Amino acid sequence: MPEVENHAVHPDSKSGVPESSSKTIGLTDVEWRRLAFVLSLSFAVILPFVFEGFTTFQFTLAGIYAIAILGLNLLSGFNGQISLGHSTFYGIGAYTSAIMINQLEVPAYWTIPAAALICLSFGFIFGLTVTRLEGLYLALATFALAIATPQILKSKHVEQWTGGVQGLDVYKPDVPQALPLEADQWWYFVVLGILLLMLWCTKNLVNSRSGRAMIAIRDNPIAARSMGINTSLYKALTFGCSGLYAGTAGALSAIVIEYVAPDSFTFVLSFFFLTGMVIGGMASIPGVIFGALFVLFLPNFAEDFSKNLAYAIFGILLIATVYAMPSGSAGLFSAILTRLKQKLNQ
Amino acid sequence: MDLFVQQTLAGISNGAIYASLALAIVMIYQAIDHINFAQGEMAMFSTYIAWTLIVRFDVPYWIAFGLTLVISFLGGMLIERIVFAPIHQAPALSHLLVFLGLYAIFNSLAGEIWGHTIKEFPSPFPDYSFGGLIGAHQVGTIVIVMFMLAAIYSFFKTTKLGLALRAVASNPESARLVGIKVKWMRALGWGLAASLGSLSGMMIAPIVFLDPNMMGGILIYSFTAALIGGIDSPGGAVAGGFLVGVLENLVGTYVEFIGSELKLTFALLLITGTLLLKPNGLFGRKIVTRV
Repeated sequence: MPEVENHAVHPDSKSGVPESSSKTIGLTDVEWRRLAFVLSLSFAVILPFVFEGFTTFQFTLAGIYAIAILGLNLLSGFNGQISLGHSTFYGIGAYTSAIMINQLEVPAYWTIPAAALICLSFGFIFGLTVTRLEGLYLALATFALAIATPQILKSKHVEQWTGGVQGLDVYKPDVPQALPLEADQWWYFVVLGILLLMLWCTKNLVNSRSGRAMIAIRDNPIAARSMGINTSLYKALTFGCSGLYAGTAGALSAIVIEYVAPDSFTFVLSFFFLTGMVIGGMASIPGVIFGALFVLFLPNFAEDFSKNLAYAIFGILLIATVYAMPSGSAGLFSAILTRLKQKLNQ
Repeated sequence: MDLFVQQTLAGISNGAIYASLALAIVMIYQAIDHINFAQGEMAMFSTYIAWTLIVRFDVPYWIAFGLTLVISFLGGMLIERIVFAPIHQAPALSHLLVFLGLYAIFNSLAGEIWGHTIKEFPSPFPDYSFGGLIGAHQVGTIVIVMFMLAAIYSFFKTTKLGLALRAVASNPESARLVGIKVKWMRALGWGLAASLGSLSGMMIAPIVFLDPNMMGGILIYSFTAALIGGIDSPGGAVAGGFLVGVLENLVGTYVEFIGSELKLTFALLLITGTLLLKPNGLFGRKIVTRV
C-alpha cells in the first residue's frame, strides 16, 4: 500500500508558491535567497579565524556530519527509503581511508574519492538486495546492519587490516606550505569545500530528471513504475549515492580525527544522523546544515546538566518534531518567513 | 554429544527469552501495525524497576516479579494512550521516529537514574546444574516463559476480552462496528506486550547482567524470531524464538568462522534472508492489498 499522504515526509515545496516578481523591502525572493546564501557563506569563511582551534575542529565535524546527513536526506527525504544503517556506510568510508593511509601509504586526499567509490558500490549492492523492502522492514534490515557493524570490524577475520578492537591511527597530511593556515583551519576549509560541492550536486540532482524520478518513487511507487520509471534501479542507485555521501563523510572524519575504532560506528551514530535529518527538515537541502550543527552541539550544552540526558533530549525533540513540526526546522523557518513576508507586504 | 545437548538446551533457554520478546513485538504489531523498536529498551527499563524493588527495597523476589509485570503493563498502556494514540494514522516514518525517540529516552533515563555500571540481577532459582547439561536458572526460565505463554494463549482463546483483542487485530473497522472499544484494546495490547517484555528482561538479566544497553543484541534476535515466525503470527513468534535460540547456539559452537564474535552478523543474515526469501515468515498470512 503506497502512502500518498505522507505528512512527515512532505518537502516544503517551493513550487507551490509562484515565483512572483513581487518585492519584499526592495528585493525579490530570488535576490533574498542569494543574499542569505552570500551572508551565510561569508560567515562560514570567517568562522575559523574568529574561534579558537577546538571550536573550529567541532565546526569541521559538523560539516562532516552535514555531508552524511545530506546523503541520508537524499535517500529518506527525497526517495522515501528509511535507513538506520548509515553508521555502517560512514564506518566503511572511515576504515577505507584509514587502511589506505595506514597500511598502503596512499596520500590522504586520494583516499577520499576511493572511500566514496567503495561506499557507492556497497550502497548500490545493498540497495539492490533490499529493493523490495519498504517502510519499517527496510528500517529493520538496516537496523540489524548497524548493530552488526562494530562486531564485524572487531572480528578476527579482518583484524589484520582493521586493527581489531584497538582501531587504527591515521596521519593527517600537513597544510600546503603556501598557505598561512593552521591544520585545524585548513581541514575546516577542505570540509567546507567538499560540503559546498555536495550541496550543489544534490540541488542539481533533485532538480533533474533522475531527481524527479526519485521523488515520484517516494510519493507513489506504483504510479512511478507505470510511468516507465525503473523503480528498483533508481532505488538502488539512490542507495548507492547516499552511501557515497556517507562514505565521503566517513573518510573525512578518519583523517580529521586521526583515528578510527569499531565503537565509533555504532547504531548511536545512525541515530544522530536520523535526528539531524528530521530536525533539520526532511527533503530540505539547507536544513542538513542546521541539523548537523544541532546534533553536534546539543550534547555539549546538555552535558552541563548531565551527560546521559543528551539522548533523552534528542528523543523528546524527535517525538516533538513528529507532533509539532513535521517538516522540521526548515519547514518551520519557511512558514515564519512566509508569515513575515505577508506582514511586510500588507 | 554432551556439547551438542548442552548447547541445544542452552539454546532453548535463550530461545524462551527471545520468544517472549518476539511475542511482545508481534502483539504491538497486531495492535498498531508497526514494529516496536523500543521494545528492548522498555524491557530493560522494567528490569531496572524490578532490580530497585528487590535490591533497594528488599521486596521478596516473586512479589517484585509480579509488581514489575503490573507496573510494566500500566506503563505500556500509558505509552500507547499518550504517545501513539494521537499519531495512529501517521505514516511508517513518523512511527519509526517516535519509537527511536522512546528508545533514546528510556536508554538515557536508565543511565541517568541507575548509572552505567553493570549490576548483578538476582535469579530466583538455586545455583544448581542438572548433570552439567543445564542450569536451574535455564530450566526455570523455560518453565516460567512456557507458563506465561500458556496463560496468554488461554486468555486469547477463552475469554471475551481475548476475543475482542483478536477481533481488533484482524479487522479494526468491523470490531468498532460491533461495539468493541478499539482504542482500549490497542492500549491493552501494548500493556500485555510491555509485561511480556519485562518478563524477558528479568529472565535474561541474571545471565547478561543489568546495564542500559543489555537488550541491544537480544532485540535483534527477537526481531529475527518474529520475522521468521511471521510478524503477524503469535504462535509463529514463539516457534521462531526457540528456533533462533537453538540455531544461534549451535552455529556459534560448530561453525568456526562465525564463533561467538559474529553472532550478530548471523542474525543480520537471517533477517535479510527471511525478508527477501520468505517475507511472510513460516507461519504468517500472505496479505494481498488492492491498489
